[in-house]
Amino acid sequence: MPLYEHTFVARQDISPQQAEDLAREFSAIIENMGGRIARAEYWGLRNLAYRVKNNRKGHYVLLNIDAPSDAVKEMERNIRLNDDVIRNMTVRVEEIEDGSSAVMRSRSSNDARMLVGIGDTQAEVRRPRREDKEDGE
Amino acid sequence: MRAPSPGGRRPFFRRRKTCPFSGPNAPVIDYKDVKLLERFISERGKIVPSRITSVSAPKQRELARAIKRARAIALLPYVVK
Repeated sequence: MPLYEHTFVARQDISPQQAEDLAREFSAIIENMGGRIARAEYWGLRNLAYRVKNNRKGHYVLLNIDAPSDAVKEMERNIRLNDDVIRNMTVRVEEIEDGSSAVMRSRSSNDARMLVGIGDTQAEVRRPRREDKEDGE
Repeated sequence: MRAPSPGGRRPFFRRRKTCPFSGPNAPVIDYKDVKLLERFISERGKIVPSRITSVSAPKQRELARAIKRARAIALLPYVVK
């Protein structure tokens, strides 16, 4: 099955818990259609580079997906219908990077973390290191 | 040719820099790596031409794609006013 990276941005007024629930909801669609979520990352409430629907911040969630295209299509359709999601993007990738993504590694997102319970739970439950902060946000 | 050969007549020639994305421990171009991509956009948010940054042509295409992806999910700005 092809591999995808899906990132979506949820609006700022929802809680991190709700953002996680959204991720769970979309993951369920993938899994019900024969796909697999290899990894899920929550990047925290990040500042947006520009205003989207009057949001200055957004909850970023990254899903690494291994699923048939129909499943991804269905998930995208549901995401478009969801009013809490302000941006989303799916990118086809050749391989899913192991370990945490660049966002998790950078110090600017302290509250980024793996979403446990979505997809493969054997994915390492590692908190981003907090000591390597160079400057405050 | 942009690279002036050493021993040319021009008095000010700058050594041709090599592409920052080639070599043994070159960074991987990734649309999620905001910190890396930021170095290749101008203060106004434009993509810096490769003749300034000396990124090779294939890598510049890859870089442009990554920057455009990052813009689409509001990780990078389209314009800074």
